[in-house]
Amino acid sequence: MINLQPYSNPQYFLILLAALLPIIIGLYFGKRLKIYEALFTLVFLVLTFGGVKWQEGINLLLWLVFEFCLTFAYQHYRKQGKNKTSIFYLTVILAIIPLTVTKFMTTQPAGSVPFVVGFLGISYVTFKTVQVIMELRDGTIKQVDPGTYLRFLLFFPTISSGPIDRYRRFKQDYDKAPSRSDYITDMQYAVRYIFQGFLYKFIIGWFFGTLWLPKIEHQALAVGNMVGGLKLSWWVVAYMYCYSMYLFFDFAGYSLFAVGISYFMGIHTPMNFNQPFKSKNIKDFWNRWHITLSFWFRDFIYMRFTFWAMKKKLIKNRIRLSQASYLIDFLIMGFWHGLTWYYIVYGIYHALAIIINDIWLRFKRKHQKQIPHNKFTEAFAIFLTFHVVCFSFLIFSGFLSQLWFGWK
Amino acid sequence: MDIKATVLSILSDLTGEDFADRMDEDLYASGLLDSMASVQMLLSIQEQLGVPVPVSEFNRDEWSTPNKIVAKVESLENE
Repeated sequence: MINLQPYSNPQYFLILLAALLPIIIGLYFGKRLKIYEALFTLVFLVLTFGGVKWQEGINLLLWLVFEFCLTFAYQHYRKQGKNKTSIFYLTVILAIIPLTVTKFMTTQPAGSVPFVVGFLGISYVTFKTVQVIMELRDGTIKQVDPGTYLRFLLFFPTISSGPIDRYRRFKQDYDKAPSRSDYITDMQYAVRYIFQGFLYKFIIGWFFGTLWLPKIEHQALAVGNMVGGLKLSWWVVAYMYCYSMYLFFDFAGYSLFAVGISYFMGIHTPMNFNQPFKSKNIKDFWNRWHITLSFWFRDFIYMRFTFWAMKKKLIKNRIRLSQASYLIDFLIMGFWHGLTWYYIVYGIYHALAIIINDIWLRFKRKHQKQIPHNKFTEAFAIFLTFHVVCFSFLIFSGFLSQLWFGWK
Repeated sequence: MDIKATVLSILSDLTGEDFADRMDEDLYASGLLDSMASVQMLLSIQEQLGVPVPVSEFNRDEWSTPNKIVAKVESLENE
């Protein structure tokens, strides 16, 4: 049987657009064809998780059944008016167990796990369930509609790598069909996003990732092994820049596809990137880079932890508390990327960067008169932020692990 | 207690500024509020007005100006 990976090549888009046509025509006439949309999703899920990937498909099904039971059991519990913290923690822990096990198993040596673990996109769908459970706890979601929940979790354009939407936002879009003039605007954006995505992922991303990166990697390893010691050379610097560009254009390109296809379906999936390399500081960067992930962490980890710690008067000093929250926030983000040293170091590195950034901002506010602010200082800020970020991507890439220890 | 006056006093504690004449100023765009200050604000609202505001109720777009904050707190109080 055939297997198609989402957005992997231009032909995929032709098939996708052809299959989307009835949905597009329906929305143009103000009708959301829910049954056709469900069939469309099913077919594309089978294409993604069928054929050679059938085991992942089974895992996805098992995951769905498990998370559905959990979510509705918790909803049932909440509807009885009960709200114990221990039950809430237990539910969240259970919800992330499949992901945790997957992350753990994938770090085991190849061949030691006799079955396929996890499935494409498990990290992203897990965010969606955890978010719904947390909102059930808070009472901001009172009743989850099973049909909408299923569509929300399996929403095809974003299933493999986000952007991470929110249930309430998704439901609002999904419950109505946009007006014709709104939908025409949506389609204009959709076309623009998809073409911008082509440029990013298949052209610019290809140059950086497929053409140049392997050559640079080869050189960096060869020269590194010659010089010994920390094995550093200018090739490592070149690798840093090239990888950073590749990471951005590949991921931003993919995200543009996901958002563009969502718009064709009348769903305003939030944008994931907003010119991140123009950031003036690290805080600004996290408002522009992988936005739906960083906002998820901000809303469901950083703010919740801060709220809880403040209420319990755990850390009285406001500055210390914010630093502790950042550390927890980014550490969890590191672990979420995977249980490898360089992902965890990447998390700690960003936590430290944002803590230092906050110290600087406080200092700057106090000494506003003495510190100059002009075009040059702004350009310098962008330059510095860019390099702090690129270095973090070098850590993230795992190349240093390859260089120093021979494994990624 | 008057919601508007309390919100203004909470905001002035947090930012050191008086917003009585600037009820439509975007507090996030001007960088006066951040996530940390938002959490403090929610907690103060809860403590001083007795209106519980869960963190997931918090959406920056709906809480971005003093006027919006007052409106939001009023709607939560009436729930």
